[in-house]
Amino acid sequence: MPLSSEEVRRIAELARIGVSDAEAAAVQAQLNDIFELIGRMQKVDTEGVAPMSHGQDLKLRLRDDVVTERDQRERFQSVAPKVERGLYLVPKVIE
Amino acid sequence: MLNASLKELSAALAQKKISSAELTKLFLDRTSRLNGALNAFITVEAEKSLAQAHAADERIAKGDAQPLTGIPVAHKDIFVTKGWRTTCGSKMLSNFVSPYDAHVIERFNDAGAVILGKTNMDEFAMGSSSETSFYGPVKNPWNQERVPGGSSGGSTAAIAARMAPAATGTDTGGSIRQPAALSGVSGLKPTYGLVSRYGMIAFASSLDQGGPIAKSAEDLALLLNVMAGFDGRDSTSVERAAEDYRRELDRPLAGLRVGVPKEHFGEGLAADVGKAIEAALAQLDKLGAKRVSISLPNSGLSVPAYYVIAPAEASSNLSRFDGVRYGYRAKGYRDLADMYFRTRAEGFGAEVRRRILIGTYVLSHGYYDAYYLKAQKIRRLIADDFAAAFKQCDVIVGPTAPTVAFKIGAKAADPVQMYLNDIYTIPANLAGLPAMSIPCGFGKDDLPVGLHIVGNYFSEARMLNLAHQYQKATDWHEREPAGVRP
Repeated sequence: MPLSSEEVRRIAELARIGVSDAEAAAVQAQLNDIFELIGRMQKVDTEGVAPMSHGQDLKLRLRDDVVTERDQRERFQSVAPKVERGLYLVPKVIE
Repeated sequence: MLNASLKELSAALAQKKISSAELTKLFLDRTSRLNGALNAFITVEAEKSLAQAHAADERIAKGDAQPLTGIPVAHKDIFVTKGWRTTCGSKMLSNFVSPYDAHVIERFNDAGAVILGKTNMDEFAMGSSSETSFYGPVKNPWNQERVPGGSSGGSTAAIAARMAPAATGTDTGGSIRQPAALSGVSGLKPTYGLVSRYGMIAFASSLDQGGPIAKSAEDLALLLNVMAGFDGRDSTSVERAAEDYRRELDRPLAGLRVGVPKEHFGEGLAADVGKAIEAALAQLDKLGAKRVSISLPNSGLSVPAYYVIAPAEASSNLSRFDGVRYGYRAKGYRDLADMYFRTRAEGFGAEVRRRILIGTYVLSHGYYDAYYLKAQKIRRLIADDFAAAFKQCDVIVGPTAPTVAFKIGAKAADPVQMYLNDIYTIPANLAGLPAMSIPCGFGKDDLPVGLHIVGNYFSEARMLNLAHQYQKATDWHEREPAGVRP
């Protein structure tokens, strides 16, 4: 089932990626080729097969509930686009 | 020295025949001469490398050296490296100087190795040709009109052109093995969980695995000794006793059961590649290995399943790049939403945007069962195929890639053709199995062919054994490209 250009725009909206009309058309064609490839999966009967979510069936580890990190706020914020008094700055969202 | 093995370099350093500073300078000089043509490195900082080399020399003088102390290693620019710009091949991280080290970098630093530079790669490791980098395509040292493979193409080109004696890479669907094959070098993707993903910029977390790239299997074993190990900061890091991956190198191959999957020799495999692989199998016969015909019936479904699972995980992982905490932020935005839209449209290249869109779609409401859940079920079938195969054989051998290196630009406009490059490598990622590629001859236009070796979980030492015995009997891994034009 091919994707419509409307759907491409909706996905881009969900993914927070800006697309122009020209880009949307080009992406639409490529995505449809890719989904044709992906569609080969549907021919296989997977009734009763347990989904495999990971490379190995690992158990998640537990650790003691203790502080393991020290405060390195300044160092980590030194690479941020905009910071003030230890806060990340973004455009105002509340009037 | 440029062609020496790591063992030889280590001995030369120990015997003071050369200092780490001299060795590092040798490779830095070669890199500065060849990088303009090959574009294998994104970042080289000679002063930083030489400072580490001097420290290594002091350590050697004190008698405190480990096997890799003083040896320069080129790192894929996906491993965050403290004080070094780490870009992941993207405009999004073009200004990112990492405040911390990846676990892999820490391990090499602790071993006294020298960081030679950061190698070029497909943007966020999404590609099979090293063409999608924001920093321009990597050229194949065997023929500069060809791609080196990808995504770790900067690392494999650097090894092939003798710009570095050792390198690191990462492999999500073949990104160590396919470029190793196309560049004529050796590369290993360990069992999932063996090498920590901490500080390895995430693409698809259930598949991503770091590993070594070098000229020979023996070198890979030495590098894996340093890279592998438990790390509590990676929730999927495996807790196991340390191993010496060199321990089985010299074991004879007599009686080793080598599985040959019939599905990997059919339609789609280029005749020249098939011929080289057949010759390699004949060589293994001669070494006493026992060929077993096996079947991996669902392996043809690995590419479709992968292009659901990997983009799904990528769309989630790459949501962190929003222009707030690090990296690129667009200019001239109207409000917060507009800042996100512009930052991500401008900061990501076309292939990365495409994969984020695929991932967003397959995870979106109403499509989850049809795509993501279906792909996870197929993943199980593929893993089960391997489990059945490993009842009949000890290792699985076949081609790494269906063709030799293709021309730059040849597949750039056709994503599906590009994706099919990884048809033989993806199954091992989906199953979490270790796999490697070693040079096994030349195909059309004198371009290298890679032999793919897949082992059972945690059987790296056995795979390296096979590879080393093969390399003792052949010299494909010692061949170097003749005409790298500076």
